[in-house]
Amino acid sequence: MSWETIIGLEIHVQLATATKAFCGCANRYGDEPNTNVCPVCLGLPGALPVANRKAVELGLRLALALGCTIHERSIWARKNYFYPDLPKGYQISQFDRPLATGGVLPVRLKDGTLKNVGITRLHLEEDAGKSFHGEGDDGASYIDLNRCGVPLAEIVSEPDLRSPEEAWAYMKALRRLVVQLGVCDGNLEEGNLRCDANLSVRKIGETGFRTRREIKNLNSFKFLRQALEYERDHQIAVYEGGGTIEQATLLFDSARGETFVMRSKEEAHDYRYFPEPDLPPLLVVDACVAHTRGALPELPWQMHARFVEQYGLSDYDAGVLTDNAALAAYFEQVAALGDAKQAANWVTGDLAALLKERALEIEQCPIAPASLAEMIKLIEQGTISGKIAKDVLTAMANGEGSPALIVAQKGLRQISDEGALAVLIDETLAESPEQLAQFRAGKDKLFGYFVGQVMKKTQGQANPQEVNRLLREKLNG
Amino acid sequence: MSPSRDWSIEETAAHLRAGDVTAVSLAEEALARIAADDEQLGAWLHVDREHALTQAQAADDRLRAGDNITELTGVPLAIKDNFNVVGLPATAGSKILGDYVAPYESTATARLRRAGAVLVGKTNLDEFAMGSSGEYSGFRPTKNPWNLAYTPGGSSSGSAVAVAARHVPGALGTDTGGSIRLPASHCGVVGVKPSYGRVSRYGIFAFASSLDQVGPFARTVRDGALLLQHLAGHDERDATTVPLAVPNYLAACERGLDGLRIGMPREYFGPGIQPQVEEAVRRAIQVMKQNGAEVLDVSLPHTPYCVAAYYLIAPAECSSNLARYDGVRYGVRAAGDDLGAMYTATRRHGFGPEVTRRILLGAFALSAGYYDAYYLKALKARTLIRNDFLKVFNEVDVIAAPVAPEPAIRLGERLDDPLAMYLSDILTIGVNLAGICGLSTPCALSSEGLPIGLQLLGPAFGEEKMFAAAAGYEAMAGNEWPWPEVAR
Repeated sequence: MSWETIIGLEIHVQLATATKAFCGCANRYGDEPNTNVCPVCLGLPGALPVANRKAVELGLRLALALGCTIHERSIWARKNYFYPDLPKGYQISQFDRPLATGGVLPVRLKDGTLKNVGITRLHLEEDAGKSFHGEGDDGASYIDLNRCGVPLAEIVSEPDLRSPEEAWAYMKALRRLVVQLGVCDGNLEEGNLRCDANLSVRKIGETGFRTRREIKNLNSFKFLRQALEYERDHQIAVYEGGGTIEQATLLFDSARGETFVMRSKEEAHDYRYFPEPDLPPLLVVDACVAHTRGALPELPWQMHARFVEQYGLSDYDAGVLTDNAALAAYFEQVAALGDAKQAANWVTGDLAALLKERALEIEQCPIAPASLAEMIKLIEQGTISGKIAKDVLTAMANGEGSPALIVAQKGLRQISDEGALAVLIDETLAESPEQLAQFRAGKDKLFGYFVGQVMKKTQGQANPQEVNRLLREKLNG
Repeated sequence: MSPSRDWSIEETAAHLRAGDVTAVSLAEEALARIAADDEQLGAWLHVDREHALTQAQAADDRLRAGDNITELTGVPLAIKDNFNVVGLPATAGSKILGDYVAPYESTATARLRRAGAVLVGKTNLDEFAMGSSGEYSGFRPTKNPWNLAYTPGGSSSGSAVAVAARHVPGALGTDTGGSIRLPASHCGVVGVKPSYGRVSRYGIFAFASSLDQVGPFARTVRDGALLLQHLAGHDERDATTVPLAVPNYLAACERGLDGLRIGMPREYFGPGIQPQVEEAVRRAIQVMKQNGAEVLDVSLPHTPYCVAAYYLIAPAECSSNLARYDGVRYGVRAAGDDLGAMYTATRRHGFGPEVTRRILLGAFALSAGYYDAYYLKALKARTLIRNDFLKVFNEVDVIAAPVAPEPAIRLGERLDDPLAMYLSDILTIGVNLAGICGLSTPCALSSEGLPIGLQLLGPAFGEEKMFAAAAGYEAMAGNEWPWPEVAR
């Protein structure tokens, strides 16, 4: 493969405010169309915007988490274009003086390495309404302006991503971050995060960039990767066929799995940006920046590093656990009460499988962290075996009580008593004279058979380590 | 004819309180005067009898109960048709709005209503407040009551005429480049353009957002101050209003001229100004000097750049502000085969020639490759112009100047020469670019019997000084001339 892929993403993050960016209407998904509207977000003649302080605070928090430089004075600007779901004929955004520039998002790649993806800028703007074209029986276009004026933070990455896989990981990491920060709900199905991707390719070794094409509205992780893979292959094929790539804006047809041209360079909009005269410059004073920075929670990559350091976890386990804030919190509550590695194994292993089977989120986990910790303690103390513990876990999930109670009621206590086990071993050997003869004749594999028979006699309650030890003594002795 | 038509707002308020007249009878009289001569004047676009009488009745109830009476309770007023007044049509003088009815109330009219004023109806204007003569209304031109062959000045043509013709004692207008002061000057009434940020713009049809300002018309300086008293103040719905306390403007009117330093900017006198206008203004300044004011020569050296800067900034903002009139959600929609064709047809048929001209100018000035050369340069010129005023206001309290280079022009005289029309704003637009306050108050009648205004300017949020000078002049000049009788 002599080609290299260059990708940069622009991600629009809907900020989780109670009200819209420039008016008092509810910022809420799923309501009856055109009910969360007022003269301001409808763009009625004479209405004026007033900036939502909360939206600025959330944007600031996100910018600080990304390590951006915050500009004390940023300027609102109008981006002018005509479209029916843009009632004013312009979008209030920021242009040459954004809220923040120059940051980094650390992204854990599939191979476990950490890649620092550069952030070019973060600016605040308002969302447009939503158009529905020809979806009804009448073939008409319908517009819902509930979304119009919802606050967005647009985060533009540097062209640092080198594969669709990396782009996917970047978007995942960004979603993880915005959810951790509480600045966005992170539901892609509801359009909380929307991505435009710029992609170009070049021969390995080339230093400059070739022409890029922008794919708009990649609103699922799957489509992001599919669209970028298609576009990468398309551009390489064009170059290898001796052709050239023209700058263009594309859309992705998810049904066909292809990108197609929405508008060419000639048709590109001139947005006629200019400073928004209805809003004074946005001032973010140092004290506000310091306060917000001080109030930042532990960031996902910081938590990852701490899990490795503090709990001695592998990068992989730390990655799985910190991928979800609630899961990480659950793990930490279990780990606080016992062995962290065991806690990690159970949380990422059997507990995760159990939740998946029952289609539950970690927030809905029927087993309290303290109960899981208690169960792990029973294993450590030799009260139950790891194998029996799986049954105990299921019983706990079924609401049958605490691990100790379940063990007592079901008689699951592990048999470690040497005398009792010796009797069982003697019985087993007496019942299997043929196997014993073969073993003595050199068929070593049959050792496992005797262990299994002893475990069977106790319905798995015999302490397997003890059984192994005693049996070995017996047969070798 | 009832004597009420000649009363100022203050006199009207006194009669209402004394119980000599009722708000309903005053409203009826105003409606009768409008019905009698507006066909000739073209000052009004919508008069709603029902609406007016309901408000008047409510005002009478308030007066009778002695409940929260203000100087405006029961006083009939006119509102320029670029304000939203709930339930009344709002067209901004443009056909593109069709039968649009305001669904919400502007802050300015809400404040007048709260004070108990009776809003009789909506007045004519140059379409979207773009024009200097009142002839660019999408419906019909407004005529000057002093001589029906002349224009009244624009863009707040109807509001100025409604006050000059004594339909009502006061009115609201908007001033983006002189749209209150110019028609006030041409119609012989007082017109006040407050500092930018002094009065909320919420609910007025935006033309150029960084320049637009709401202000009153009246027949006395004190009435102008009174109306502004009710209009001024911070509005949480307009982020460009300032949270400053509102001074007592009526008290400022009583300060007198003694010791007031008045600047005469040399760029506002001389070539280009009609001699009789310059002489009238110089005489007015002489009156102030004789009554204790100190007169100083000052300079506003960047004045020659005002027109060019203004006619880039205002159209640029207008091209964006008027994008919403696209036929999608309200107003008139013309047929088109696709979205683009519908937009084009709607806007081509809906907008008049002056609005179209400014949208094109503005879109060009903002377009890629031209922004730096035009819009950005205009912003730099604006800073220099603002600094000129800041500097002069370190030396003087107010600036005195003509409002317009000449008295009102004849109807149709300049319709084919937009550039000449733009030049009539040369003495008023600096004020908007600088964000300071200014007013026009009558100072003479021309040889043709048309009014000439004196312009008095104050620093940003220095309305008190401006009112002190204007009221002082008004009291000392003793100008007495008969109000026009509209020919029937």
